[in-house]
Amino acid sequence: MVWRIVVLVVVLAASVLLGLWWQRRQGVVRAARPAAEDGAVDWAALGIVLGEHRTFVQFSSEFCSPCRHTARVLDEVVAARTDVTHREMDVDEHHDLVRTFGILRTPTVLVLDPSGREVARMSGSVNRTQAVEALDVPAGSVA
Amino acid sequence: MSHDPHPSSSVARGIDPRGPRVGAGITALLLAVTLLLGTSQAALWLLTFIALSFLLGALRGAQGTWQGWVFKTLVQPRLGPTAEREDPRPPRFAQGVGFVITGVGVLLGFTVSLVAVPVAAALALVAAVLNAAFGLCLGCEMYLLIRRFAPAR
Repeated sequence: MVWRIVVLVVVLAASVLLGLWWQRRQGVVRAARPAAEDGAVDWAALGIVLGEHRTFVQFSSEFCSPCRHTARVLDEVVAARTDVTHREMDVDEHHDLVRTFGILRTPTVLVLDPSGREVARMSGSVNRTQAVEALDVPAGSVA
Repeated sequence: MSHDPHPSSSVARGIDPRGPRVGAGITALLLAVTLLLGTSQAALWLLTFIALSFLLGALRGAQGTWQGWVFKTLVQPRLGPTAEREDPRPPRFAQGVGFVITGVGVLLGFTVSLVAVPVAAALALVAAVLNAAFGLCLGCEMYLLIRRFAPAR
């Protein structure tokens, strides 16, 4: 019985550590690796109008609560500026993009420069501060 | 399958997001007991009951389970109302993932070895604790990975 209690405590501790680690990673802004997928994507063909400064392309899925929250935050940030746009894409309808950009979870938000190149990305639930921070990442920089 | 990522109708009909989390807490408690029962027959039967609860949730949504009923009748009146609403589809998907994990444990428990019971209970317990304590839906996070192994729906 003692061993079973030990196992239970270990499983619970592992869950809490996993949860804390996951929470800390939410929406963290990461600068893009250079020359990863250089403008290979024809965004206009996908109906995406690139913003003069930046474009948020958010990958979402049907089974994703944080996607709704992230979309609300990005819509608010975009509404306050004229040079930034936001577009939400369903991962089930864009398998090729999911593969091209190596997207493993939803939501993942790509931050594109005016030529359609990835400048930065955020995965997990995004808050307002992180969205604004992502807009300030200069093109072609590696943090 | 095409759908609007912002189905306003379903958001309007959304569920109280605290419901699935409280439900996950109740399930976590039962899974912890299962783990303490080790490789006994009692553990196998308790896991079977949990798996059937997940099946109910996968078919009817988290709000349609007995845990959802407990939340609605005992917890929600004490918490008071909330304006926040959640799309019921992510928690329902999570119930399906829970059913697969515990269901495999039950199946192997009845046919191969009772060792499968605490293993499945531990895996499901991690997911339930993450959901209850952090609001993290592990099944939803893994949706893209799951799709990779099962591309056709």
